[in-house]
Amino acid sequence: MNIHEYQAKALFEKYGVPVPQGAAAKSAEEFDTALATLPEGPTMVKSQIHAGGRGKGTFTDGFKGGVKFCPSKAEAKEIAGKMLNNTLVTVQTGPAGRKVQTIYFTVASDIKKEYYLSILLDRATSHPVIVASTEGGVDIETVAHETPEKITKVFVDPAYGLADFQVRELIFALGFDKTEAKNAAKLIKSLYDCFWETDAAMIEVNPLITTPGGDVLALDAKVSFDSNALYRHPDIVALRDLNEEDPKEIEASKHDLAYIALDGNIACLVNGAGLAMSTMDIIKHFGGNPANFLDVGGGASKEKVVAAFKIILGDANVKGILVNIFGGIMDCNVIAEGVVEAVKEVGLSLPLVVRLEGNNVAAGKKTLDESGLSLVSGDSMADAAQKIVNLVA
Amino acid sequence: MSILITPETKIMVQGITGAFGGKHAGLSLDYGTQVVAGVTPGKGGQTFEHNGKSVPIFNTVAEAAQATGATVSAIFVPPPFAGDAILECVDAGLDLAVCITEGIPIKDMIRVKRAMQGKPTRLVGPNCPGLVTPGTGENSTGGCRIGIAPGYIHKKGRVGVVSRSGTLTYEAVYQLTVKGIGQSTCVGIGGDPVNGTSHLDVIKMFNDDPETDGIIMIGEIGGSAEVEAARWIKANCSKPVAGFIAGATAPPGRRMGHAGAIVGGAEDTAEAKIKVFQECGIEVAATPSDMADALLRKAETIGVTLS
Repeated sequence: MNIHEYQAKALFEKYGVPVPQGAAAKSAEEFDTALATLPEGPTMVKSQIHAGGRGKGTFTDGFKGGVKFCPSKAEAKEIAGKMLNNTLVTVQTGPAGRKVQTIYFTVASDIKKEYYLSILLDRATSHPVIVASTEGGVDIETVAHETPEKITKVFVDPAYGLADFQVRELIFALGFDKTEAKNAAKLIKSLYDCFWETDAAMIEVNPLITTPGGDVLALDAKVSFDSNALYRHPDIVALRDLNEEDPKEIEASKHDLAYIALDGNIACLVNGAGLAMSTMDIIKHFGGNPANFLDVGGGASKEKVVAAFKIILGDANVKGILVNIFGGIMDCNVIAEGVVEAVKEVGLSLPLVVRLEGNNVAAGKKTLDESGLSLVSGDSMADAAQKIVNLVA
Repeated sequence: MSILITPETKIMVQGITGAFGGKHAGLSLDYGTQVVAGVTPGKGGQTFEHNGKSVPIFNTVAEAAQATGATVSAIFVPPPFAGDAILECVDAGLDLAVCITEGIPIKDMIRVKRAMQGKPTRLVGPNCPGLVTPGTGENSTGGCRIGIAPGYIHKKGRVGVVSRSGTLTYEAVYQLTVKGIGQSTCVGIGGDPVNGTSHLDVIKMFNDDPETDGIIMIGEIGGSAEVEAARWIKANCSKPVAGFIAGATAPPGRRMGHAGAIVGGAEDTAEAKIKVFQECGIEVAATPSDMADALLRKAETIGVTLS
């Protein structure tokens, strides 16, 4: 689960991680109240969407830049008016962009130097890793590729936690002076506490900055959380912004279905994450384009299949459907009954290919045959994928 | 032989009184597996009844192991308690803990894995279908089935299968069985980013197993476990290996059902992993329908006959 920058910074403050003073506004009426909390002077106006590349993004009405520097609060208010409820397109949003529904005003910091700092899981060691670099404000993957020597990593032993010597290692690598070092040490420790205690999946501060006065601040904040751990963090669940999620994905999550919308036109309904991914792949392999990832899970009921069908048909781009079920333990007939019921309920007119294999498959095929529905049977995954690709083409 | 488990292996089921655990304990008993104990705290002294078989339930893993000689546990407890259930197996000194549970917080698994360091207990999973060593009976009964895989699609034989995904494992096993090729052991290592046994661990065991003649390795996007295994295979394994990687069409940064199936950078895409497979002499299945055929192609190339 992702949160907005302004929410992440509020969380940082709670853990003692210094951030520039700021205030959020969700409507033009709130601009004055928000700005009143900030001192007069240079102000940043930052569009709040769950996507990177905001600064270099362009709004659909042609206005450039989702993050702007303004010399005064008055100008900040004017710029905020141009961003709010406007749609911002960045390298990460896709061409449709995202509607900006919150504006975050912050004091524009005096920057001495920019750094990079992040904390995430290192899968190879199963330890949290802190990644730091003297190259801040740029894409870290590029730094890792071109100048790997400018990246320092420390692996935190979960049995002990972040050790002081590791914090020193990071500080020496980043080359802070004495005052900065003291402030940075406190910031890094607080940030690690925040990561660990909130079950964060990743915290990225890019850039982390020093000021001429020796302060160290998190100028930006990107935080995501482990969905598996949300049950024990109701305060974090409350930060979820449904406006940032695909409505079909929200509907799917209500039915405990793993669904991800894609931009193709062949919808798929599959059991199992690995099989669902490779069903998308095989559609592509035979020249089609998958419209979604959808895993109905191992214990799908008829109701779940019906719900899944309605969700994939809610995508206007869909021109055909592929159902691919390997019912190991799951009863193929349950899936077949779900498909028949769903098709009758929604009055399907699109081509439908069904591949059933496994437990009670004969009964499942019989249910489909006797339903009177015009559907096509696939024998193997490859056969089924080729059939739906041909029907849609 | 087989790896990790044999038809003689005695297993316990943690969470046997839950609907999910109970259902699969029953299916394992039907398969002929030696399910000798159940563990549910507070229900010690009761029994689990299935088709005329009665399995004693204990309050703790240690008691169950001591009373029945079980050396392996299948864990079916809900996510908030699953990390604890794994550690209880470690404390009781079991050989193997197989954690089926999906949705365990990553932080819990980070701590559990650290606590298991240096201990003799091996973990398979979590978020996995478990293991099957097929038996010689009808529909491969008489074997050892731990977890949730469909036993009947297997056939006793000499091909090892290792995978992060349940249904893709079944797909591979079914293709093999239909072609008359049996399996030594099938291991689902699970779809989580922090897990116990890796692809490489299983590949090493298959390589050392005199009764495994060929291997199918199934992976997916995210992490570098398949790459690590592939490089080891190139240097050390002379048995034919076929591979498949799911997720070529997955958008970056999205979690594709499995918590671990997420593209984080240029190195953990399907494309990058497939390239390494090819460099390491692993025959890559172009589609999931091609997994058994890919292994047969590789076996033929190096002159190995599979059965």
